Amino acid sequence: MTLFTDIWWLPALLSGMLLAAITGPLGSFVVWRRMAFFGDTLAHGALLGITFGIVAELDPVLALMLSSVVLALLLYPLQKTSALSADTLLGIVSHSMLAIGLITLSLTDNVRVDLMGYLFGDLLAVDYTDTLWIALTGIVCITLMVSQWRGLVATTVSQELAEIDGYPVQRLNLMLGIILALTVALAMKIVGILLVSALLIIPAASARALARTPEHMAMMASALGVLAVIAGMAASFQWDTPTGPSVVVAATSIFVASLLVKRR
Amino acid sequence: MKADCLIQAQDLCLERQHKRVLDQVSLTVERGQIVTLIGPNGCGKSTLLRILLGLEKPDSGRVEHQAGLRIGYMPQRLSLEPRLPLTVEGFLKLARGACRQQIDEWLTRLEITAIRQQDIQALSGGEWQRVLLARALLIRPDILMLDEPVQGVDVQGQMALYQLIPTLRDELNCAVLMVSHDLHLVMAATDEVICMNGHVCCSGHPDKVTLDPAYQQLFGQPLAHYTHHHDHQHCLDGHIEPAQHL
Repeated sequence: MTLFTDIWWLPALLSGMLLAAITGPLGSFVVWRRMAFFGDTLAHGALLGITFGIVAELDPVLALMLSSVVLALLLYPLQKTSALSADTLLGIVSHSMLAIGLITLSLTDNVRVDLMGYLFGDLLAVDYTDTLWIALTGIVCITLMVSQWRGLVATTVSQELAEIDGYPVQRLNLMLGIILALTVALAMKIVGILLVSALLIIPAASARALARTPEHMAMMASALGVLAVIAGMAASFQWDTPTGPSVVVAATSIFVASLLVKRR
Repeated sequence: MKADCLIQAQDLCLERQHKRVLDQVSLTVERGQIVTLIGPNGCGKSTLLRILLGLEKPDSGRVEHQAGLRIGYMPQRLSLEPRLPLTVEGFLKLARGACRQQIDEWLTRLEITAIRQQDIQALSGGEWQRVLLARALLIRPDILMLDEPVQGVDVQGQMALYQLIPTLRDELNCAVLMVSHDLHLVMAATDEVICMNGHVCCSGHPDKVTLDPAYQQLFGQPLAHYTHHHDHQHCLDGHIEPAQHL
């Protein structure tokens, strides 16, 4: 067991890889359903959640997950309104929450808070407790997505047809929103608030060119995401660059490479 | 509700932006019937279909479905997300209750087996229309609802579809409810026409409806596209008198 305790970067790498496995299928839905802005808003709001967690003296991971889910439930009705107004409203909510979060965080001066860590991810702060959280939540999220896969894809292709078919459309949408909220909360420590949606969107977008079916695209996105995490973290150790941004740059490089692959 | 009655709508009213879209609309569809809703653009026919499908709620009035009613719906259009890769077969498998055997059967029947593995983005208008029809059919529907089924299809394709509909009705022993604005092709394949403009203007067998003044007011005289004038007209009792118009 010394292998697991001696290598200090192992929990971070494992956490990152697990996370990328979840963001494959989830990110595919985000891309298909154009939910990127929704994910961004959840991530920005998370900073406020952290502040509440600190004030209420809750476990930070728990506080983060709770606040994200609450936010997702509050924002959920917005998705149903017309595209333009939802976009604008999300933009307002997203940035005001980030701003309020930053202000409240600066006011809680009795606690030492690593703001940069929250914004861009902090590899050194990741330990096996985080890995365990990600693993457990990941298993739940992936099991849910796989078991409801057909309904989720049907609803994505056409909400109306799915509704007439008798799929529980509203419940499926809500489920996806909650899974997204949980994943965003977990991803924060790895890549940070500002880069969470990159981890969702970029691998999925890269997988598009290589895939012929939705399942194929989801799995491919997971694989490319894991690859980006490994490459990004390796680069981060090698050249002492910030980890979150390094992972995102690795993902972007993969995306650019995918553009060169001719669409089948 | 009678045993053969699949859908019954009573006194449906709907207002949108202070405009009456539907005004006291009632209709019933029975098994084996082909009913066509016609009317000018914006007359509320698509909205009515959406209410009958349960996608929208009327302000007042009610819709009753026969218990366990299976609806095969073919939408007017479906905007596809280009980032979602999906083959024709994959698309058809998403229909709830779809089984492989049914998919095979309808692909063959509608002569689209060749495009089975093609991406749905790459289909022509006519191919896509058949795929949508296959999706509506493969759940063995009690009622087939078609919203402007021939949009973006060439004339031959339109004829073929309208010839197919009565055959499908007989084979599946289902009802058909379709929305259309091109009257002439529809007429031959319809048992009952419901002519709408917010409210039901007139309804009945196509031959009867085309003679109804309310219909003629909405769509002009039958065969109005053939512009010529007669110098006489045949009256109902059989005698001939000089034309009165113009």
